Amino acid sequence: MSSVATAPTNTVQLCTFRIGQLLLGIDVLRVQEVLHNLEVTTVPHAAESILGLINLRGRIATAIDLGERLEVERSEDVDAARSVHVVVRSTGDVVSLVVDSIDDVLDVEPGDYESPPETMTGVAKELIMGAYKLTGELLLVPDVERIVALHSAMSNEAVAS
Amino acid sequence: MDEDDEIIGEFLVECQEGLDRLDQNLVTLEERPDDREVLTEAFRILHTIKGSCGFLGFSQLEIVAHRGENLLSLLRDAVLEMDDEIADALLGTVDAIRSILDTIDETGAEGEHDHTALIAELERLASNEAAPAADAEQVSAEEATSVDESPSVDTVDDAEAAAEPEASEPETVQPETAVPETVQPEATSPEAPPREAGAPSEEAVPAAPAASSDPDRIGDILVDDGSAERTDVEIAAVEQGMGDSRKIGEILVEDGRAASADVEKAATKQRASSSDSTIRVDVGLLDRLMNLVGELVLARNQLLQLTEGTDEKAMLTTAQRLNHITSELQEGVMKTRMQPIGNVWSKLPRVVRDLARQFDKQIRLEMEGKDTELDKGIIEAIKDPLTHIVRNTVDHGIETPEIREGIGKDAEGVLLLRAHHEGGQVNIEITDDGAGIDADKIREKAVEKGVVSHEVAEAMGDKEVVQLIFQPGFSTAQQVSNVSGRGVGMDVVKTNVERIGGSVDIRTEPGAGTTFKIKIPLTLAIIPALIINIEDERYAIPQVSLQELVRLEAGDLANRIETVHGAPVYRLRGRLLPIVDLRDQLGLEPFEGEDDAVNIVVLQADDRQFGLIVDRIDATEEIVVKPLGRQVKDIELFSGATIMGDGRVSLILDVLGLASVSGITSVGGHAEFASHGEDTTLIDDDQALLIVELANGTSVGLPLNQVVRLEDFTPDIIEESDMRPVVQYRGGIMALVDVGPSIGLSHGVLDGETRTSVIVCNHGADVAGLAVAKISDIVLDPEIHGESDATRAVVGGRVIDVVDPDRIFMSSGLRAAEPIGVG
Repeated sequence: MSSVATAPTNTVQLCTFRIGQLLLGIDVLRVQEVLHNLEVTTVPHAAESILGLINLRGRIATAIDLGERLEVERSEDVDAARSVHVVVRSTGDVVSLVVDSIDDVLDVEPGDYESPPETMTGVAKELIMGAYKLTGELLLVPDVERIVALHSAMSNEAVAS
Repeated sequence: MDEDDEIIGEFLVECQEGLDRLDQNLVTLEERPDDREVLTEAFRILHTIKGSCGFLGFSQLEIVAHRGENLLSLLRDAVLEMDDEIADALLGTVDAIRSILDTIDETGAEGEHDHTALIAELERLASNEAAPAADAEQVSAEEATSVDESPSVDTVDDAEAAAEPEASEPETVQPETAVPETVQPEATSPEAPPREAGAPSEEAVPAAPAASSDPDRIGDILVDDGSAERTDVEIAAVEQGMGDSRKIGEILVEDGRAASADVEKAATKQRASSSDSTIRVDVGLLDRLMNLVGELVLARNQLLQLTEGTDEKAMLTTAQRLNHITSELQEGVMKTRMQPIGNVWSKLPRVVRDLARQFDKQIRLEMEGKDTELDKGIIEAIKDPLTHIVRNTVDHGIETPEIREGIGKDAEGVLLLRAHHEGGQVNIEITDDGAGIDADKIREKAVEKGVVSHEVAEAMGDKEVVQLIFQPGFSTAQQVSNVSGRGVGMDVVKTNVERIGGSVDIRTEPGAGTTFKIKIPLTLAIIPALIINIEDERYAIPQVSLQELVRLEAGDLANRIETVHGAPVYRLRGRLLPIVDLRDQLGLEPFEGEDDAVNIVVLQADDRQFGLIVDRIDATEEIVVKPLGRQVKDIELFSGATIMGDGRVSLILDVLGLASVSGITSVGGHAEFASHGEDTTLIDDDQALLIVELANGTSVGLPLNQVVRLEDFTPDIIEESDMRPVVQYRGGIMALVDVGPSIGLSHGVLDGETRTSVIVCNHGADVAGLAVAKISDIVLDPEIHGESDATRAVVGGRVIDVVDPDRIFMSSGLRAAEPIGVG
């Protein structure tokens, strides 16, 4: 896998957003733009975490429901808010990660970084690279490449063998 | 400094283009050594390169090009005759120039190259010295004399005579060594080679061919300049029409109707105008334009929606004009990115020629559909995969002449490249008539390389096994050659093609050849499509697959859509059309419309027709095909997406995928066929095969043990019952099935006019007949290949499909359980 969870060595800027109770952040350099209220065309037979297709100024991009992808439990009222598109660049592709709400851009220090908490369960364990310990809260760093690739690391190995 | 870089950049691009042409020219010359036009063009290209690099101060490049040019000039002047040695040396020159150009491209300077061996070889050939083999000299000497006597030399003399006056112009008499100065004024014009003392004849020759074909005809230019009379030009044109091989300009000069200097001036003007009509544009700029036009289209659409309600005349007309201009602009920008696939193919003759020589093979390269246009980006992306497949084919596919002759094939192998548009996609096929792929060898190799386990390999069918060549880490070359064993396998080909949303398929017939089929989307291409509605979503269906539209009003419904075996069908002019409900396929609830009318879109997929039920039919529109992201591209139902007028994304239905998923075609496992086709082989080698011919001359085989009798029926005794042809046969009624249409051919034999041969087969407790055009043969010991669902046999050196009568009856809806009604 290209994205081995190596600890960062420099201060990085993360674009942060929320899904349910979680605070997540992606390196700002990967984020192309953040858009609201786009029309989404659903794709029948697509994976459950695929929200649909969006028109990105003439280019068609896949919108991934990040909450669904990470299997985050959400209360009903937040469910309706799923309309913020964080458009990220992944290898040769532009993909929109749909989140509940967008938050600040934060400077985070390598000293605060840690591997994902052992308590994390399910698919999130594979898709979260690590976490920054902020005051009062954890900022999770998702593995964009794996999220975008849509199949888990386990199924990847199965394919390779 | 920047300007210098720009000049060098332009020089590199021009040289690359020139070298590509030169490659082709040289390969052509090997086949047709006397083609003077090709010779002249080859000479001119090399001459231009030499001139330009002298001007830019690339001395090594100049030396190599100059020696090559010398040799070519001897060929052109018919002093030497093209042979293998010369071809190799000249192609070597092209390669040497390429390698120097690459260094210049990377570093801006020539770098260190050692081409002394090549230069020595070129000089040796040019001076016509004794070749290592003594008889070679004699041959070339003889050839040279025989050419000297040939009439073609006369035309050269004529040309030289015509060009003679120009030799007095100051720039042309400069000695060879002064080339850099000579060339300077013309260095940027590839069409205008400077003349030199050693080669006096070329000027008249290259300028002239353009004269008759160019839209700016030389006669017109002369008349416009007042250098010649219209009538004289017309007379000259008539003379030319009567078979005078001289060019208009030459005729005028020799008849004293125009001054040679004026003709020369006009020729220069003519060349200038043709090179002015094209410019080079950065693809990045085109991409930006393309995106901007896309934005403009959306803005236009919004504006049109806004103006819909208004009564303001001026506003409406302006919006309409904007509408039209935008459409035209969009179309124009799209076209700028399209290129014929021939641009990529043009490199292949050289590749094939070199490899064929290296492996001592004889290969003829044929191309069909050179003009098929593809987006520039796609052309770039398929270049390497295509070359790789061609290399592989030459290396592994086509056998050596000895082997070929030993098994009764033509010594010369054929490599066929075909390209054509199909259903919004471009199909590229690379077919050879070589050895095919031996599934057992692949099986063995795959196990050895650890690609699959022994058990898995044994369990796989031959077809599946062949697909293993696309697995990473697979190379079957018996010996690793420097051609195909470069660590780049077919897996890379597959990955590269899939990256642009395409697919690679392989079909092979041991002993008969292999076909690689590359399917790539026409990304960015505009295709006409039918827009249909399902709930609130619109879907686009490529117009090419569309046959007709049928609307069933509520009253008709009950008796028009029926079920056979639980599968819905519709009787379309007497034929049963399988019906697929799009809602079903999309996983939606059945349609609850206001009225109960049903819209059926009749589609064609791989020789099969089927009807697709949709909620509403919208309109036909030109759509821009865009690829799907990798997260959704594997869904068989969709081939791409497009952006509609209002900016929303719509999916494009993949008609073939739809047919396959819904079981219309047997691609990927027909539900009905799958239950039938267990792992039993249809026929064994020791069983005899009945060979029959169908309406269009296709032969198929039937296992003889399933045949009860052979009959011959005149059309008057064939009747129709329950929508199918029947005959009264031995006190009962026997149903007939036309074999052709039931296996996907367009024609059948039951046309009501000719006698029909019928093969009577057991069908459950009863019998049924297969109608064919002719019963041609019985083969007692056929060579059988393949599994139950694709059995083939080699009969008389030809491959034919073996069909299963039961399967034909089943696919045409004839049920065994239900006795065909007797009296």
